[in-house]
Amino acid sequence: MPDIPLSWYLIVASALFCIGLFGALSRRNAIGILMGIEVMLNAVNINLVAFWRYITPQALTGQVFVIVSITVAAAEAAVGLALILAIFRSRDTVNIEDVHLMKW
Amino acid sequence: MSITQVAFILISAITLGSALAMVTSRTVFVAALWMVAAFVGVAALYILLEAGFLAAIQLLIYAGGIAVLILFAIMLTPRVMQPMEGLSRFNDQWMFVAAVSAFLFAGLWALAIRTDWPVNLQRVTGDNIFLLGRGFMTQYLLPFEVTSILLLVALVGAIVIARD
Amino acid sequence: MQFIYDIGPRIVAITAQFLGQHFPAWAVQLILMIVSVATIAVFVLITFMFLTYLERKIIARMQDRIGPNRVGPLGLLQPVADAIKMMTKEDITPTVAHRAAYNIAPVLVVAPPLMAFAVIPFGKGMIAADLNIGILYAVAISSLGTLGLLMAGWSSRNKFSLIGAMRAVAQMVSYEVPMILSLMGVLMITGSLAMGQIVSKQAVPFIILQPVAFIIYFISSIAELNRTPFDIPEAESEIVAGYHTEYSGMKFAMFMMSEYVSVIVMAAVGTTVFLGGWRGPVLPSYIWFLLKIYVIIFVLMWFRGTLPRLRVDQLQGFAWKFCVPVALLNIFMSGIVIFLVPPNTTHPLVQVAAYAVGNIILAIVVLLLYRRPTARAAAAVSGA
Repeated sequence: MPDIPLSWYLIVASALFCIGLFGALSRRNAIGILMGIEVMLNAVNINLVAFWRYITPQALTGQVFVIVSITVAAAEAAVGLALILAIFRSRDTVNIEDVHLMKW
Repeated sequence: MSITQVAFILISAITLGSALAMVTSRTVFVAALWMVAAFVGVAALYILLEAGFLAAIQLLIYAGGIAVLILFAIMLTPRVMQPMEGLSRFNDQWMFVAAVSAFLFAGLWALAIRTDWPVNLQRVTGDNIFLLGRGFMTQYLLPFEVTSILLLVALVGAIVIARD
Repeated sequence: MQFIYDIGPRIVAITAQFLGQHFPAWAVQLILMIVSVATIAVFVLITFMFLTYLERKIIARMQDRIGPNRVGPLGLLQPVADAIKMMTKEDITPTVAHRAAYNIAPVLVVAPPLMAFAVIPFGKGMIAADLNIGILYAVAISSLGTLGLLMAGWSSRNKFSLIGAMRAVAQMVSYEVPMILSLMGVLMITGSLAMGQIVSKQAVPFIILQPVAFIIYFISSIAELNRTPFDIPEAESEIVAGYHTEYSGMKFAMFMMSEYVSVIVMAAVGTTVFLGGWRGPVLPSYIWFLLKIYVIIFVLMWFRGTLPRLRVDQLQGFAWKFCVPVALLNIFMSGIVIFLVPPNTTHPLVQVAAYAVGNIILAIVVLLLYRRPTARAAAAVSGA
């Protein structure tokens, strides 16, 4: 483990974050967008754990932050999917471009 | 190159490859399956970082919980399972987004390489889980309680929104 | 004589010594790892084959039949005949199926329960990896099995498969919650997630201290296993065979295998956490472990021979309205008892007495909460 530099983890995490960002901003499907966001949160968690291990291994803050962030991700997925299901029921679509009632 | 480095490169390749397959696959269900593979890869990275507890949590909540929830939602919306006919899986701005993402990645890469991180490779002493549990009951009690309330609110909210 | 009692560690030590003369240290470690993994896998597969026979025999006896008795003495070779039949059967893939997912699904269903055996202590010193997150690992790994079911149901492109998969997932996700909550009471006493620690802290088996937790664990793990009376995901009379409707030959056999391997995992975890693991007088530790596992498995088969299937709404209601609240009450009770009688400093008998009082109060509270509506109405009338 000491023979892996910290920057490797950071690079992998940022690559994962950018892939997630691309997915969240470019998919037409609402569920696809949600999945992109989940992957972005995962990338951030990798960073938090890496910083905890390499910079402050004696403090618990990094791990606590990751657990809180995982909980938030779970809550976000539940509410997001409930919203998507509600939209699907009333408008019969999950294409996010067809849902533009609030646009003008 | 040591064994851990090889393991790291393999795991990262699997994680990033799955994530790429996720954002590009045509069928949402298959995309969700790739997402699970990416989650499992992240759990493996946690194990490399000596955070076994977080790896188990990652598997339990992301791969076993959130991913199953998403797959379940996909199955509840029948038309979503097939690719949308006559429509690309991406919206019109996808090339612009790809450029922005690539640019951001290049920036983050440079930042990660150039910064002089104050690395402190002390070994973790004591039982990690024990310390974490005590931390949640003492120093981090407030975040713990706030998260619990957030979960409760999200639970009630999700039920209220999902039933009409 | 002593050799029989710790045969596992002895064999490992002798082999390590022998190999150490010929190979470097890391190769010895690697070989020992591979050997232990192979041993566990072979043990699990043989138990799986025997269980298929045992289940048919026990159910047959309960239904006043004889059961398999043609192949070999007492029908003991029946599993071998079944295996040959399964292997020679035609392997059918529906033309509309999503091929990759359809073929990967059986593997993803079998792998997680097999991986869970890594943290099971089969006897004194007979544990493949005593992780400090042991039981959490077992629970987390088995929760991955649902993904395989979803893949199987979706990729078959068959409405019965899809309905079966959705039922299976809804059920497994719901019953995971009470199962984890029921283990919590025990973990609060041991103060550790490591399986070795859990066994060594059981001077008194935890089923005596935590009977309510054991009942909740048992019920919810039957639901996790999709066995009768919770077998609605594969209810033959409603949806053919559920998520594995389209599978045939070896792939079908793998679904069967995952079911029985999960049964063994569930019995092993239950034994380790509630029945004192490999601890016991006179007999060697691994014999005790096997005996306890088979007691749990026999009760599972007894349930299957006795109880009819539940309805979907009854199933969900039972999980969320009964199992989860009772498990939470049990955690509350354990917290109070642990506060009053610290587990590490008091005599076991004092603990038994304290938990007996706690459990009786818990039982009264639960019975009062879950009185039948008619009884409640009668009480209201008589009270007024």
